[in-house]
Amino acid sequence: MRHDSDVLAKQLLGVFAAATALLLALVLGFLIRESVSVISVAHVWHFLTDDGWYPLERRFGLLPMAWATLVVSLGALLVAAPLALALAAYETFLASPVVASILRLGMGLLAGIPSVVYGLWGLTVVVPLIAGWQAPGTSLLAAILVLALMIVPTIAITSSAALARVPLPWLQGAAALGMSHRTLLLGIAFPAARGGIVAGIVLAAARALGETMAVLMVAGNVVQTPSSLFDSVRVLTANIALEMAYAEGDHRAALFASGLALALLVLALTALAHRAQRGGSYAA
Amino acid sequence: MLFGAVLGAAAALCVLALAWVLWDVARHGLTLWSWSYLLDEPSNAGRSGGIAPILVSTLAILAVALTVAFPVGVATAVWLAEFAPGRAAPVRLALHALAGVPSIVFGLFGSALFSVLLGLGFSILSGGLTLACMMLPPLISTTEAGLSALPSEWRRGGAALGMSRSSLVAHVLLPAAAPTIVAGAVLAVGRATAETAALIYTSGYVDRMPGSWLDSGRSLAVHIYDLSMNVAGGDRAAYAAASALVVLILVINLFAASVRRRWALRQLAPD
Repeated sequence: MRHDSDVLAKQLLGVFAAATALLLALVLGFLIRESVSVISVAHVWHFLTDDGWYPLERRFGLLPMAWATLVVSLGALLVAAPLALALAAYETFLASPVVASILRLGMGLLAGIPSVVYGLWGLTVVVPLIAGWQAPGTSLLAAILVLALMIVPTIAITSSAALARVPLPWLQGAAALGMSHRTLLLGIAFPAARGGIVAGIVLAAARALGETMAVLMVAGNVVQTPSSLFDSVRVLTANIALEMAYAEGDHRAALFASGLALALLVLALTALAHRAQRGGSYAA
Repeated sequence: MLFGAVLGAAAALCVLALAWVLWDVARHGLTLWSWSYLLDEPSNAGRSGGIAPILVSTLAILAVALTVAFPVGVATAVWLAEFAPGRAAPVRLALHALAGVPSIVFGLFGSALFSVLLGLGFSILSGGLTLACMMLPPLISTTEAGLSALPSEWRRGGAALGMSRSSLVAHVLLPAAAPTIVAGAVLAVGRATAETAALIYTSGYVDRMPGSWLDSGRSLAVHIYDLSMNVAGGDRAAYAAASALVVLILVINLFAASVRRRWALRQLAPD
């Protein structure tokens, strides 16, 4: 049966849905609009080759901050991924129901703590600990540790969901063959759940690249290519947050351009995670 | 069994780190609470005094965000779940992508669109609208999931009774999915409460009591950032504000859980 009210409702709701979908285009469009004055071969060449970031002297070398962003994110992944995978495996296969529910609750809480609180804690607890060892404390290492703590739940929650979907007969078969926990996990469960695990790690990478406050608060924000774990570094997101207040002209456009580059990178990672989640599970 | 012990140790390490953070926030923060802390204006750049205007600004920003995002989000979710005949894929893709956009990028966008182009300046309205954009993806996905979980017999039953799809949605499906929709909205508000980077350049820094929607208002998260980074000797006050923020988020999340549970029970009762 065809109702006039349905035609109207469908069109009206469709307008809202279209507006929502257009929001993504609007976000990217505004980033492009505000950075268009520096999107040219000559400007991009300057971003890549200028010696240092001195926007008031019109030197716009973004590479040191790009390196810092990559190293902080990769470092956080290297610390967080093994811990989170171990936690997910323990929670799914080994822990008693009570312990498992405590772990799940803990991960939920960890994911819910605001990044600015992690930043405050990092600045008042982690940074002094590192400073007692190697000054100044606000460093690449502090950023890696705090960021790792923040992305553990992202990896742990997606991975334990993926591990819980591994077909029970596979695990029972493995147990019947007398496999140890270790062989069962590394040989059967992890490979079978790899789609969800990879998706979780890629999502965590996207989150790490986009994180602003916590890194801004503990990394020290000196613009330099990191050469040791104890160097102060400034990442791209922190640079935007620190300089948007007074940036004008090409400087402001350069900040929007770095935001655009970051957004595109994160979107690519999100798409990759989406594909991994769909494709790479146990397609037996 | 050594392998299992290693896994257990890793899990314990993660939980210990969490406990360490929460313990510090509670130890340095909760101990500074009093009625005057909640009811007074901040003084001495926030080192002393209270957080009353900051709480008001935070709630005002969230109210703007929810007022805008809720109707748009529910309308989109209803379209996706009930009306989209195979045309939903591009919208879902856009939402998926939008959910991954870093918050500082939303901050840039909100500052360029709401503060500069629309002339709202640093204001509660500008910050709230920016947060509304960020809230849409989680809001829509929970609402759509709530609608999709309803039995398809209800849709067929409605059609057999000659109900239009729109009155089926309005009188049967939306009321039935209400607990999940409300809980999802509350959770989205909880997540927005934690937001800092998107607000610094949209709703701004001003820590006075806001007089209108067009005044700048400092959110609790921005307050923590400012005390910690820009105010020498502000760490104590920053921890007090951090404990207030964590408690606020916990209360919001518990409220979401209880809405879902209580409402679900009430719905089951007549059967």
